[in-house]
Amino acid sequence: MIRINCVSKRFGDIRALDEVSAEIHESEFFSLLGPSGCGKTTLLRMIAGFDEPSEGEIFIDGKSMDGVPPNRRPTNMVFQSYAIFPHLNVAENVAYGLHARKGTRVEIRRQVAETLDMVGLAGFEDRQPHALSGGQKQRVALARALILKPKVLLLDEPLSALDRQLREQMQTELRHLQRAVGITFVFVTHDQEEALTMSDRIAVIFEGKVAQLDSPLELYRRPVTKRVGEFIGVMNFLGARLLAEESGGYEVEVEGLGRVKVPKRQAPGGVSGSRLTAGIRPEMLTLEFDDAEIPGRRANGKVVDTQYLGDMTYYEIALEGIGKPLTLSMRNTADRPILEPGTAAKVRWGPDSVLLLN
Amino acid sequence: MPNSSRFAKWRRSEAFRGLALASPPFLYALTMLAAPLAAVVLFSFWTQDYLTLDRTPTWNNYKTAWTEAIYQALMLRSLKVSALVTAATVILSFPIAYYVSFRVSPRRKTLWIFLITIPFWTSYLMRIFLWKVILGYNGVVNGSLMGLGLIEEPLTFILYNQNAVILTLSHAWAPFAILPIFVALERIDRSLLEASEDLGDGPVRRFFRVTLPLAMPGVLAAAVIVFIPTIGDYVTPRLVGGPNGLLIANMIELQFKKANNAPLGAALAISAMLIVTIISIIFLWLNRRYIRSRA
Repeated sequence: MIRINCVSKRFGDIRALDEVSAEIHESEFFSLLGPSGCGKTTLLRMIAGFDEPSEGEIFIDGKSMDGVPPNRRPTNMVFQSYAIFPHLNVAENVAYGLHARKGTRVEIRRQVAETLDMVGLAGFEDRQPHALSGGQKQRVALARALILKPKVLLLDEPLSALDRQLREQMQTELRHLQRAVGITFVFVTHDQEEALTMSDRIAVIFEGKVAQLDSPLELYRRPVTKRVGEFIGVMNFLGARLLAEESGGYEVEVEGLGRVKVPKRQAPGGVSGSRLTAGIRPEMLTLEFDDAEIPGRRANGKVVDTQYLGDMTYYEIALEGIGKPLTLSMRNTADRPILEPGTAAKVRWGPDSVLLLN
Repeated sequence: MPNSSRFAKWRRSEAFRGLALASPPFLYALTMLAAPLAAVVLFSFWTQDYLTLDRTPTWNNYKTAWTEAIYQALMLRSLKVSALVTAATVILSFPIAYYVSFRVSPRRKTLWIFLITIPFWTSYLMRIFLWKVILGYNGVVNGSLMGLGLIEEPLTFILYNQNAVILTLSHAWAPFAILPIFVALERIDRSLLEASEDLGDGPVRRFFRVTLPLAMPGVLAAAVIVFIPTIGDYVTPRLVGGPNGLLIANMIELQFKKANNAPLGAALAISAMLIVTIISIIFLWLNRRYIRSRA
């Protein structure tokens, strides 16, 4: 649907994007995720046509978008500020883009009503923009774009201005809406949780470069670099040394945990050199509350800090032979106690808990 | 004593401080503006009888002002010229304001606005005389056009008529129109223009559907700012207007001075003021509607 071919963008001396390539499929919910200033919005604006690439080319539906202005592109955008026209009411805002197309008044009114209904604003036709809340403006912006049935809908951090509860509600609604209309969504966000819950695939962008492009599951489970692992969710990092490379995996010595044979798929970024980093997600470590006969390796330590979150508890655990404590999360159940800081603890882990990163 | 302590308390209150701050300018406005205006209103109901002033109240001056052909004609001409000046000023100012707001880099905008006000560094009379030099029979325009062989003899329709008045006034008031339009354009959220483009509008359609409607408060403010003073101007028509370019303000001056009929002059002045007030109120009402819709 969208092919981004080696696109770079320079603003003066600043390189906002550096040879970015990506393929966005039809009917996909695709997210551009990265910290602010990483170039994700620039990329979105280039797809929309507000900025031209300095180098490279963008294809939409097989056609090159080189020199095609925004009003001739099969894309529509939901702006971060919503950009609702203040001098028009809701119906006029939503119908704005229909102006150029043929259609009777009755037909337009029907379409507007239908689209407003779709975004949950039925009956809001005559409202003035200043009488709308942030969430409602958001829906008007969405309706205004969707009514044109674009091939691609571009969303520039549309949820960042909403409060948490509304944001979570809108996440679900947007996802449902996307499935219902089947339009390709390209969604820009700096919120990794938002990207994980909504997207089919995510491109993680750091400093103008795509660090990793994968499904939410792969991104979380197997980040290719330390930085991606750190950006998405929580990850413990330990020093590791490569001892031997075998057909089935890598024999490594992990700081504080000892020797372990890590399967190949647990090194998604490949392995180069002998100095490595072992990444471990908090939920990949288990606190042992009884001496159950579960296979795995054990390490002894002490609880340093306890953070109770209701459904989960996060522990900081100092293991013998490791300088900084590891973060570990446990699901709370009826028969599990919450360990106080200072308690001795036994941590269970296995080769699949460890991720090898360069 | 209770009285003086109450006074002391009142002297420390917010209200007192506010009054203390506001009274000097208020007194000034009262003596310099309201009192003369009241005098003019009074005069308009009196009658001048050669050297004596008959103080019996009468509507006769107003009757004369509103019914006699010469005053009607002058008033209509004044309104026409002011309307044309307003239209010309606003239409010529808009592109300049647009250019400064949309094309000039943000760092340079202040400089541009500063440069636009440069004509004010010269006296207004000086600028009128410069226009006479430019537009005159042997002036710059005629000289150049004849030198180029484009015309045989000097153009006479460019000086000492209404065209010259309109041209001179439009130039003089342009900065007053540019500023409010510029401010209105600056206030337009640029993402609205992108949204319009994104929704399928080309540059022209975008201008008429988004930029212009949102700049309307500035345009209307500019119109009021230009319209009100032009109707009362009598220097410009006198200097570049010629016999057919004289306006109601010149007649008011004439009545007060040479004709020695201050009451009629006063009635003409009050009538003109009334008309301007009504027109201004219409503009302000229109403006409020625009502003309300974008609040």
